[in-house]
Amino acid sequence: MIMEEIIQQIVNGVSLGSIYALIALGYTMVYGIIKLINFAHGDIYMIGAYVGFALTTFLKLGFFPALILSMVICAILGVIIEKVAYKPIRNSTRIAALITAISVSLFLEYGMMYFFKPDTRTFPSLLPDKQIKIFNTDAVLDIKNVYIIVVTISLMLLLQYVIHRTKVGKAMRAVSLDRDAAQLMGIDINKTISNTFAIGSALAGAAGVLVGTYYNSINPLMGVVPGLKAFVAAVIGGIGIIPGAVFGGFFLGITETTISSLGGSLYKDAVAFAILILVLLLKPNGFLGKDVKEKV
Amino acid sequence: MKKTMTLFMALALMVSVLTGCGAKDTGGSGKESDTIKIGLNYELSGNVATYGQSSVAGIELAIDEVNKDGGVLGKQIELIKVDNKSDSAEAANVSTRLATRDKVVAILGPATSGNTKGATPPAMQNKVPLISSSATDDDVTVDSNGKVREYIFKTCFNDSFQGVTMANFAFNDLKLKNAAILFDNTSDYAKGLMNSFKKTYPSLGGKILVEETYQAKETDFKAVLTKIKSTNPEVIYIPGYYEEVGLIVKQARELGIEVPVLGGDGYDSPKLLEIANKDSLHDVYYTNHYSPMDTAPEVVAFKEAFLAKNGKDADAFNALGYDLAKFLVDAIDRAGEANSEKIKDALASTKDFKGVTGSLSIDENHNPVKAVTILELVDGEPKFLKKLEP
Repeated sequence: MIMEEIIQQIVNGVSLGSIYALIALGYTMVYGIIKLINFAHGDIYMIGAYVGFALTTFLKLGFFPALILSMVICAILGVIIEKVAYKPIRNSTRIAALITAISVSLFLEYGMMYFFKPDTRTFPSLLPDKQIKIFNTDAVLDIKNVYIIVVTISLMLLLQYVIHRTKVGKAMRAVSLDRDAAQLMGIDINKTISNTFAIGSALAGAAGVLVGTYYNSINPLMGVVPGLKAFVAAVIGGIGIIPGAVFGGFFLGITETTISSLGGSLYKDAVAFAILILVLLLKPNGFLGKDVKEKV
Repeated sequence: MKKTMTLFMALALMVSVLTGCGAKDTGGSGKESDTIKIGLNYELSGNVATYGQSSVAGIELAIDEVNKDGGVLGKQIELIKVDNKSDSAEAANVSTRLATRDKVVAILGPATSGNTKGATPPAMQNKVPLISSSATDDDVTVDSNGKVREYIFKTCFNDSFQGVTMANFAFNDLKLKNAAILFDNTSDYAKGLMNSFKKTYPSLGGKILVEETYQAKETDFKAVLTKIKSTNPEVIYIPGYYEEVGLIVKQARELGIEVPVLGGDGYDSPKLLEIANKDSLHDVYYTNHYSPMDTAPEVVAFKEAFLAKNGKDADAFNALGYDLAKFLVDAIDRAGEANSEKIKDALASTKDFKGVTGSLSIDENHNPVKAVTILELVDGEPKFLKKLEP
């Protein structure tokens, strides 16, 4: 019995962690390229969930078409947000960009509330409702978790490929290293940053649809807490490092589940943020981060 | 010269603003004489919006009926509806606004205990009666020293009554002796139900194996549910609201926890079925104020009128809202004058008021004495199980 409980709790932790990891991917990628903590990321995730909801409920699309369309729509939204909100202040201080990101986040949350009502909406169940028994014990794994984990890992690998093996990725890395030098080499900065936002927001859109089907309830403020947790996950793994986000997500999910299973369910959020503080104090570049001195 | 000119202009502007205000004020009080204003302080948006919206739909139906029959004391009733956004601080602001700016004779709402407590201090200060039809927490009408809050009333039973009823039901009707508790630690309502269940169940001979908590707005409950599962309870008591309860029941069934789930009136929302889906909603029992399956003539008449006006079936919050409005109109009628002080006295002396949710009398603590209904969810549909008189 006790073994079963431990296995089940690990499964719970991994499932929860995969959701954080999925959202953290987009966070960390945008930060890695343009050094902007995009606090609106959690809200693009929320919009992704709403788009998925609209496509599946009103247009009766299946899971994969809804996922892809929602990614496309979120990518377009991300590019528009960048053009309208972030581009005009690209050369201002970091704090200005951060505050703009927070206002974009609030704008999206309350805009959605205004236009689409603050009520919780229920997502149609798109994925099979099935549980798998693990090692013939009573511990169960939901098939939907398998989808989330598989999608998260595939997206992580795909992102790594895009950034390290393609021309677009090369441009992104160049812009991240030195914007002016990249421009002198003939790289279109605006296009590269747009690409970054498009990919980051598409990832958030994918997360929204997946989590929407997983919990089958969505609301305009659903992005706030997962957004913050994903941010913590990204920092734990080393913000800007793509495998770090996935590591951080799983780490956070398993930690929270462990705290709950030890009877501290009320303190699990406090522990998550305490870890953030500890990581920032002791290992500011995260667990997978390299210690790089900032050039002056 | 220029300076004097600016000063003069500024003065002129101020005077015009002031007179503007004055003119508006007289307009307001002139209008006051031909209608009776009642304030609605409800959750029209936010996480318990369905409670607020449903209560208001019931109130509006009742007031429409009253106004059509010539109003009360020869005057029409005017409802002033304000959204408290499901937030207790906002509920306090709304109370102040209704009492001081709109000068209402009484305030109806809010729907939940926490928000009603938020709305209480301004109502007490301004001496305006405030009545909630669904704030079930025990200390809504009584302060921490056991003193009655003079202007606060409610028309629904207490949480402790719901907890006691469910403990008895689990032990005597379902004959289950080992229970687990999982409750919303951020809600006064859930804590009230939990405390009375925790006191009553062991006194009957049952055992509480484990007591776990969650917080409103959480979405993943698998960790606590796994912990509960490992203690092998025969029944789980989950006082809370439909949004989280829907997710909890669904995730519990996914983890293979098939034991009965018990709860309170916070389960009463069609959203519960949408979130949890009907396969997981079996063996779910909850206490409630009203059952649409009741065949008493006044219930049937109300159901038909509600369906005709809103195009959907009435739920418990609709019925409570309807009763609440009729209850206040009855008190205004008995007070003989639309005066907050007299209305308060009339409310306090209500005896055997006949409503859709049962007949009620107000006791010395401003709580009603009335019946409770137990409902069972069968494939997600509520079925009437039994009605318990106090």
